[in-house]
Amino acid sequence: MNALFRGKGWSFGFRSAIMLYFVILIVLPIFGIYTQSFSLGWTPFWESISDPLAWKAVLLTVKLAVIATVLNMFLGTMIGWVLIRYRFPGRRFLNSLVDLPFALPTAVGGLMILLLLGPNSLVGGLAQKIGIEIVFHEPAIVVAMLFVTFPFVIRAIQPLLEEMDKSEEEAAYTLGATRTKTFFSVIFPTMLPGILSGAMLAFSRGVAEFGAVVLVAGNIPGKTLIASVYIFGEIESSNPQGAAAVSVLLLTLSFLILWTVNLIQGRRGGQ
Amino acid sequence: MMRRLWITLTYIVFGLLLIAPLIKIFTGSWADGWDGFIQGITRPQSLHALMMTGIIVVVVTALNTIFGIMLAMYLVRAEWIGKKLKRLLNSLVDLPFAVSPVIGGLMIVLILGPNTIIGTMFEDAGFKIVYALPGMILATLFVTFPLMVREVMPVLQEIGAQQEEAASTLGAYSWYTFWKVTWPSIRWGVIYGVVLTVARSLGEFGAVLVVSGNIMNKTQTATTLVYQDVENFNVVAANGVALVLAAFSVGLLLLMEWAKKRKEVH
Repeated sequence: MNALFRGKGWSFGFRSAIMLYFVILIVLPIFGIYTQSFSLGWTPFWESISDPLAWKAVLLTVKLAVIATVLNMFLGTMIGWVLIRYRFPGRRFLNSLVDLPFALPTAVGGLMILLLLGPNSLVGGLAQKIGIEIVFHEPAIVVAMLFVTFPFVIRAIQPLLEEMDKSEEEAAYTLGATRTKTFFSVIFPTMLPGILSGAMLAFSRGVAEFGAVVLVAGNIPGKTLIASVYIFGEIESSNPQGAAAVSVLLLTLSFLILWTVNLIQGRRGGQ
Repeated sequence: MMRRLWITLTYIVFGLLLIAPLIKIFTGSWADGWDGFIQGITRPQSLHALMMTGIIVVVVTALNTIFGIMLAMYLVRAEWIGKKLKRLLNSLVDLPFAVSPVIGGLMIVLILGPNTIIGTMFEDAGFKIVYALPGMILATLFVTFPLMVREVMPVLQEIGAQQEEAASTLGAYSWYTFWKVTWPSIRWGVIYGVVLTVARSLGEFGAVLVVSGNIMNKTQTATTLVYQDVENFNVVAANGVALVLAAFSVGLLLLMEWAKKRKEVH
């Protein structure tokens, strides 16, 4: 009896420790940021996010993340398809390379883009000659976002393509459907949930990205300053309340996206 | 015909987006020759920064692995958590994925910073959290939190509780059951989770930058040093440190491939 009691005491302590860790590390900080942003009341919160530099940064972030996400949807669908369906030399190498942006520190990713597209590089020099500015302008931010979110769509559609029943596709061919028709009426609907949830994840990662972007963006307020860099600037200039207010805006957006992804995946699981 | 077009396009995208940058980092760090590279990484601040990164990686990976496995087991198996609460906790696990790393760092500064109640308490006790190593570890723990849980949970769900229940009915102690029954099935998931955690903590930048204050030779990590070097237009030195990080990442990528293959077999 005594031993049993002691065993229970142990497991109770253990459970509490794990749950406490969870709450302190994840839940508490989120509460902290929401309370901090309203710590001085509604008016300062409203002032913080209605600062033109603040909402311009948020709008710019959303706009560029949308561009990167749309590019990602096309590239990701194509690459996911090619890597699963075709056999060609180097396929396995490319397939492992997909995860590179997850493994590589984002600051290193940013530095690579800076070196590759900067004014002293071949590409940057050429672009400058025809009057396109890449680095320290919007295109570089899109490239940085594209780089860090590259794996999401590919990794989301690959399992769907692998699981897909080939007989449906063959039936469509047998019934005389053209390749294009088969693709759009049989294959594409199977991939769609993957494309959408991958795109959502890519978008929320793009909006949140800091390391790769801060090095290539130039960070000119109102022009190439994105939201996470704006927040960083506010922290550096000792304005935690302003930083928290913009953070709340971004966080709420991210939560909505995460929730939507869960809904999409939940529906797929239910089918 | 179409097939060839798609494959060529895939190669072009990979070449431009992934392979060219990777090559550039390798060639870039040799721009001033071997000496420039060696000088870049043997500066005192580089060595110190790499050491800080090493400490963070080791501590974070150990803590995240233990807590991640335990939490995954509770979220899948525990009967003492209600169904609704379990679902809520389950969705909260993904929070760090949705939060910008800068915001993650800001949250820690807001709660534990020098101007807060808790921060002052710790500081009076002679224990600095923010702008010191503990805060940087906390920030990295926050960012890597979901990685292990998300690797282990699906495996646990898949294998079901029957074997474990059988073992404990037969009188096996819970630790014994864990090592003999649960561990062999989750092993490859855990290893994959460890590789992901190492990669993420090695490369964490935003959260650590905010929490550490980026003080040279004190709280500077390898990634924040790269950032500072670039800001100071010292690109060759930045390249040296970046190359070390990139080499580690490529190694981790190979490990990831290997672990993934083993995971699929089991």
